[in-house]
Amino acid sequence: MSDLPGTGASGPTRRQLYERRQRRRSIVVAVASTLIVVGAIVVLVPKTPGWYRVRRSFFNGETFAETFPRLAEAFVLDLKIFAWCAPCILVWGLLLALARGVRTPALFPLRLFAAAYTDVFRGVPVILTILLVGFGIPGLGLDRPWNSPYLWGSVALVLAYSAYVAEVFRAGIESVHESQRAAARSLGLSSGQTMRHVVLPQAVRRVVPPLMNDMVSLQKDVALISLIGPIEVLRQAGIDKSKFANFTPYLGAALLFILLTIPETRIVDHLQNRQRRRTGATAIR
Amino acid sequence: MTPHKLSLVSVRKSFGERRVLADVSIDVASSEVIAFIGSSGSGKSTLLRCVNLLEPVDDGAILLDGIDISDPGLDPDPIRRRIGMVFQSFNLFPHLSVLDNVALAPHRVGRSNRSDARDRARDLLARFGLADKTSAYPDQLSGGQQQRVAIARSLAMDPEVMLLDEITSALDPELVGEVLDVVRELKDQGMTMLLATHEMAFAREIADRVCFLHEGSILECASPDRLFGNPREERTRQFLQRVVDSGRM
Repeated sequence: MSDLPGTGASGPTRRQLYERRQRRRSIVVAVASTLIVVGAIVVLVPKTPGWYRVRRSFFNGETFAETFPRLAEAFVLDLKIFAWCAPCILVWGLLLALARGVRTPALFPLRLFAAAYTDVFRGVPVILTILLVGFGIPGLGLDRPWNSPYLWGSVALVLAYSAYVAEVFRAGIESVHESQRAAARSLGLSSGQTMRHVVLPQAVRRVVPPLMNDMVSLQKDVALISLIGPIEVLRQAGIDKSKFANFTPYLGAALLFILLTIPETRIVDHLQNRQRRRTGATAIR
Repeated sequence: MTPHKLSLVSVRKSFGERRVLADVSIDVASSEVIAFIGSSGSGKSTLLRCVNLLEPVDDGAILLDGIDISDPGLDPDPIRRRIGMVFQSFNLFPHLSVLDNVALAPHRVGRSNRSDARDRARDLLARFGLADKTSAYPDQLSGGQQQRVAIARSLAMDPEVMLLDEITSALDPELVGEVLDVVRELKDQGMTMLLATHEMAFAREIADRVCFLHEGSILECASPDRLFGNPREERTRQFLQRVVDSGRM
């Protein structure tokens, strides 16, 4: 038996040796395949007939250097719109989800409203909601500041996204097992207290990862507000594109979004993994 | 008439077409301990859930201190405060610490302030040997510890009646004892209890009366010695024989 690898009391176990070997192999394969794919792109793409023109109009260093600071400045507006929309969406979405769970007959209209609301705003493309609200409501002839495209663009985003978020909250609330409610009610907690102190805290914890996903998505859709006027980053990129007759500003705008959304999605992944670890399930290879 | 703590009068309950309780009647005196035995699906759990108003009864009445608590028009919340329930699968609140599991209801429902509720919870937990677990979360405890927390949580509302629904069924055999010790302590303090159980030895030891449920009816109720030693009903005898054969008694 002593000639078997890894059976010594002090050395690594057979399993550890095997995993080490596997790990080394995976790394070699991953590096090789990446080199091949990237190499093919680097070699083949410049051989296409239009590469020269594409490089000049999309990857123009001078235009990039000249426009990027202005884009970054305009991006602050995107961040601001996101910053005031996100909390409104979370609160309004939660209220809608709670309204859908109401069982009191007198409040039936509320339940009906919440159901119709989510149906409508989940069904209409966000871009249409923005156009309809953003052009329609200021068309009523309201005075400043009530005709601001920032305001109505933001309202449109809140309307659309709260419908998605309400569904996420509702799924979370429904995922809390009935036995939790039974335990709370058996202690004499009312249905409202049970929701507030027992069901909601668990539901919210469970839906943090999907909620973060919606927030990343919102972060990008803020750019749609440019369609109704505000000069945020996408609009600014369009202006610069026309001015320089060059598409590089769009690339700069994309870069700004990526700089923000990549860390955000990493956080989401991290949260999801942590949750998976907590519930005890391990990945199957 | 002797004042009964709890009375069930011709209680019926169906889930759709399936009749779960068919005309169940029983009077329970104050400080009496009743054990319900019977095979799975005989209606033991449903009976306890009905007493706690977690399931509305279809017909019949449940009287607590002579007052009909099964009246559909009544607000069930104040009544539930007087009746504690402990579940087979503990049903602790996983997002709250052990201390807050116990203190939640007294604080939110009982209107005692937070620190009083917590002091009280700490005392209760200490009584059940859980003084060092107050800041742990339910998932960090063994099944036996979790069930003792669940009992403490229920007792924190000072219930007049306790309903114990197969509270040891989900436990490893070596953890059953610590939970049953707690139930013994409750009996010594004169708590009125209804328990659904598969632990025949325990039912025999602790119950004043044992009732055999079969297909939603109480076939017989008697002192443990009489019911286990000399069952009158053929079905009771068959059930007990099956329990003996499976090595659980």
